Amino acid sequence: MSGAWQRDGYEAVIGLEIHVQLATASKMFCGCPNRYGDEPNTNVCMVCLAHPGALPVANAEAVRQSARVGLALGCRIPDASEFSRKQYFYPDSPKAYQISQYDQPLCAEGSFHVPGEGAFTVRITRAHLEEDAAKMIHAGGDAGRIQGSAGSVVDFNRAGTPLLEIVTEPDIRSPEQARRFLTLLRATVVAIGASDCDMEKGSLRADANVSIRPIGSEEYGTKTELKNMNSFRFLERGIEAELERQLALVRAGEAVRQETLHFDPATGGLTSLRSKEEAHDYRYFPEPDLLPVTQDQDGLAALAGQLPELPVARFARLTGIGLPEATALLLATEPELAAYFDDLAARIGDPKVAANWVLGELQAHLNADGLTADASPVTPERLAGLVALVVDGTINQTSAKEVFQALVEDTAATAAAVVEERDLGQVGGADELGAIVDEVLAAHPEEVEAFRGGREQVIGFLVGQCMKASGGRADAKALQGLLRERLSA
Amino acid sequence: MSDVELTPDEVRHVASLARLGLDDVEVERLGRELTSILGHVNTIAQLPIADVPPTKHANPHGDALRSDVARSGAPRQEALANAPDPTAEGFRVPPIGA
Repeated sequence: MSGAWQRDGYEAVIGLEIHVQLATASKMFCGCPNRYGDEPNTNVCMVCLAHPGALPVANAEAVRQSARVGLALGCRIPDASEFSRKQYFYPDSPKAYQISQYDQPLCAEGSFHVPGEGAFTVRITRAHLEEDAAKMIHAGGDAGRIQGSAGSVVDFNRAGTPLLEIVTEPDIRSPEQARRFLTLLRATVVAIGASDCDMEKGSLRADANVSIRPIGSEEYGTKTELKNMNSFRFLERGIEAELERQLALVRAGEAVRQETLHFDPATGGLTSLRSKEEAHDYRYFPEPDLLPVTQDQDGLAALAGQLPELPVARFARLTGIGLPEATALLLATEPELAAYFDDLAARIGDPKVAANWVLGELQAHLNADGLTADASPVTPERLAGLVALVVDGTINQTSAKEVFQALVEDTAATAAAVVEERDLGQVGGADELGAIVDEVLAAHPEEVEAFRGGREQVIGFLVGQCMKASGGRADAKALQGLLRERLSA
Repeated sequence: MSDVELTPDEVRHVASLARLGLDDVEVERLGRELTSILGHVNTIAQLPIADVPPTKHANPHGDALRSDVARSGAPRQEALANAPDPTAEGFRVPPIGA
């Protein structure tokens, strides 16, 4: 499942361009608040509206956060980097150029390893700092779409938001790898705290460069660019659809045309956006209004030392303490869940049991209530109290679920108090269980006969009947043991 | 005087990138003028400057960065004041790619 996409002698060649909005207080080149969701055009000034004579000054924190991301991606951070102007005309760009970086990016030549089954490594070409464009609100046409639009209103709140563009080499070989790479990259940037990487809000956006080539070929085929796929699922589906489209063209003896495509998740179709050749004549030149940004390598080493535990390292640590790869990967990519897990595992001393609870009951409750782990009313301390009661046999799994729900509903309750109050203590004594078993066996002579005649599966029915008679409070394993004992007597 | 002679098609391409409409007379005149400017640059290129790093900034100091402190910008009414066709909230622009 983690392998390369290969069909009819062709393989997929995929590179990603990822835009990450940095979580700074102010914009990239002016002091306007960098804040999502405010009233349109309320976080704007003469700089981000490009009034004549207004001059940009680069945000030190955006530079620092970019360097941290670059270090996490194994990039080289050159001693000096430089801003350049990228010229294009569009209403979302008030200056008619975007301040970006060209031949001297902030971060260069990294590599990013995606562990787990079918592990792979993606080389990072570069990560450069730039400013986001304004937001176009299109009247008429499909929501947010450009084509068929009847007119537009521009909101410049987003214009000038610090944006880190991460560009990969074309090392990705399947839509699934693209999703896995982006998932882990997102988790890494979130762990660093450089961005919230919320795809719905657009603080993480991914474009994919997609081509196919004969398996074994060293040359690249003509690529197309898929724009702004705003969820992990759409990224995977969009690339899949484009690979199939290119394969069909090549099979029919037609050429793939270099173009930019928009993926429509509703129909699964791809539409061409604009002619690529014209759009890419950006005429970069050095930005005369900004000085180069220099880096001190000692300072960078210190910055690298201060990075938090990154998902790749966390994955290694979790598999190291015996968690299965799939479990470790899930926890590694969810920072809040991982922190919760660490806390719980330390309290109960058993990582596997802790992982089962975190990825089972806890995650179901978090999903249902739309919470992150750090915001759950069931703190690791409270859950540890519950797990202890299961481990020492005070309650069974069924009761444990009930207690968990009670902990969600009543934030003051402790697991022990709930068990006592609701009388959920396991019916554990051999006498008590024995009486129940005898009763059930007496009531079901046919099943008893069937079991003795070799129909082993009847035991499940009998366990169920005993469990029912116990009010759901018996230990299923103990019941089964007792039943077998009696039946073989 | 110059090795580089701009063709009329190149002039039209540059004009279209800059969103300028030129008639044939202007293409001919600007072609001549641009060729002359390129000629000047060519003269500089003939100097022994291979070892000289490009002077991109007159200021020799790097790192004019500012602290990440937010302050309020312009009031919206003021921001929209010079727009040719504003709505109550934003800058209206003609339809794109119609």
